[in-house]
Amino acid sequence: MNALILALAYLRFNWIRSLVLVAVAALILAVPIVSQVLLSGSRAALTDRAEATPLVLGSRGSQLDLVMNALYFSADRAEPVTMAVADAVWDTGLGIPIPMNTAFETNDARIIGTSIDYFDFRNLKLAEGRGLAVLGEAVLGADVAARLSLGAGDTVVSSPQNLFDLDGVYPLELNIVGVLAPTGTPDDEAVFTDIKTSWVISGIGHGHDSVLDAQADEGDIVAAASTLQFNRITPDNIDSFHFHGDPATYPVSAILFVPNDARASTILRGRYLDPENPVQVIVPRDVIGDLVDRIFRIKTLLDAVSLIIGTAALAAIALAIFLSYRLRAREMQTAFKLGARRGTITRLLAAETIILLSSALFISFLLILAVQTRGDKIVAWLLAT
Amino acid sequence: MIDLTDVSFAYPDGAFRLFIPALQVEAGEKVAIVGPSGTGKTTLLNLIAGITVPESGRISLDGEIMSDLKDVDRRALRAGRIGFVFQDFALLDYLTARENILYPYRITSAGTLDAAARDRAATLAASCGLADKLDRRPGALSQGEQQRVALCRALVMQPKIILADEATGNLDPDNKSAILDLLFERTVAQDASLLAVTHDHDLLSRFDRVIDFAAFRLKRLAS
Repeated sequence: MNALILALAYLRFNWIRSLVLVAVAALILAVPIVSQVLLSGSRAALTDRAEATPLVLGSRGSQLDLVMNALYFSADRAEPVTMAVADAVWDTGLGIPIPMNTAFETNDARIIGTSIDYFDFRNLKLAEGRGLAVLGEAVLGADVAARLSLGAGDTVVSSPQNLFDLDGVYPLELNIVGVLAPTGTPDDEAVFTDIKTSWVISGIGHGHDSVLDAQADEGDIVAAASTLQFNRITPDNIDSFHFHGDPATYPVSAILFVPNDARASTILRGRYLDPENPVQVIVPRDVIGDLVDRIFRIKTLLDAVSLIIGTAALAAIALAIFLSYRLRAREMQTAFKLGARRGTITRLLAAETIILLSSALFISFLLILAVQTRGDKIVAWLLAT
Repeated sequence: MIDLTDVSFAYPDGAFRLFIPALQVEAGEKVAIVGPSGTGKTTLLNLIAGITVPESGRISLDGEIMSDLKDVDRRALRAGRIGFVFQDFALLDYLTARENILYPYRITSAGTLDAAARDRAATLAASCGLADKLDRRPGALSQGEQQRVALCRALVMQPKIILADEATGNLDPDNKSAILDLLFERTVAQDASLLAVTHDHDLLSRFDRVIDFAAFRLKRLAS
């Protein structure tokens, strides 16, 4: 007991050194298990969602970027295709296309402009409020709602894309009408709107004051810089919102496609095999399968690197403890001169090491527990960044 | 009582040799040792405390032959009967003055760290003028204060043998006198034997006996 009291006093006096040693030892102990937990979680999260998504259409280019963006809402996006692609696959009658516009964010959450079919396809249930009905409405994922402490009746403002671009995308205040029940998937971290609302955010659609001057001749349009453009869609101004250009040209980041059956899937894939076609159809399960295989091949290398770094760090800790013993040599000499037995002196030194390692073990246990408890959310966040 | 007979000691390199034919310090006696630096005064105290083992001769403390004891028994004897004020104080920088004084209780089984021990430590500290500095660490104390903490640590277990190596070396005249008063008072109260190495000739008259170390057939041999 006395050895512990003295060791604690020593460690408290040298608290910076003690903290560094405990932190390093805790990380060495925790990192291999934490990485194992996260990798297993990532594998499951990636695979489950990919297997639940039959086909994705998007512009030809990186298949991985397309899948990561369409399924996990990651920041890396492929070039958008147009709504004409969604219309074209709809016309085939082979299944249901679900267009997605993932170009915008709000409060570090991705805004997913999509159709009502998305909610049925992902089996998303409302925990609060109602689903999307009119332009300018949003439904929050469970985590976003919890993080921002928002619910039905509140509003959320889309992030401007470029603060210094006067001609850029202006923020739109979205009316929150519902919150989804938690799913443990990236949907929890997203804000859902109708795809038309996402086009309003992008500036394709907008609403503003009447540009018809009562004093002017009928048909004359008197628009000026002073014309008020609405940044929130309300029942009072919703009728003023309109879109410019051909709807077939409006941007779509990706299109999830739910084929009627395996044959329909095969037929659709066959139609987009031509490498000259700017649109590609991919099977997320195959893309993610390749990715997971690569990750686990790389993991073997990472394990080796971790082992080397861990060994080096352990050696550094051993050296630090050894140097600490050297620093305490004078104290041990004093203890000897005062009559302390060899066993007592050994206990004095051992107590310091035991406290350090026990603390490190405890902290690493907490780290592992925290990662295991919140593994789904961490994995979702990692996949989205 | 301290009793040395024909004690000889040499460092392994043979550069220094000490021979003491006879030295006795009775219980309750206060003896000062003077002599030039490097003559082996500290070595003598270490031999008496069993920190250093003599080549030959007999060292007896209260009838217990130190030189016949095993290392573990020498340590126990040192912990239970000897209070040693070291020249370099040997305080622990991470402990407060109070905890430094009580340190022997933490590392030996010679006494129990109970309320009486804590009271004794506080009383000793107060008698050394440290009452308001018990919660400070050595780094926040002056040299003189550190020396007084070291003295309190040596006395806290009420030893029968008190060995003081320059116990008043860093003190001003008033404090020197006060510390000596405390040492003498404890020596008498505990019927202890006090052997103090000092260079302070002004204080010698207060001791019962003064030993000039050069007279002890000190031999210094060139290697």
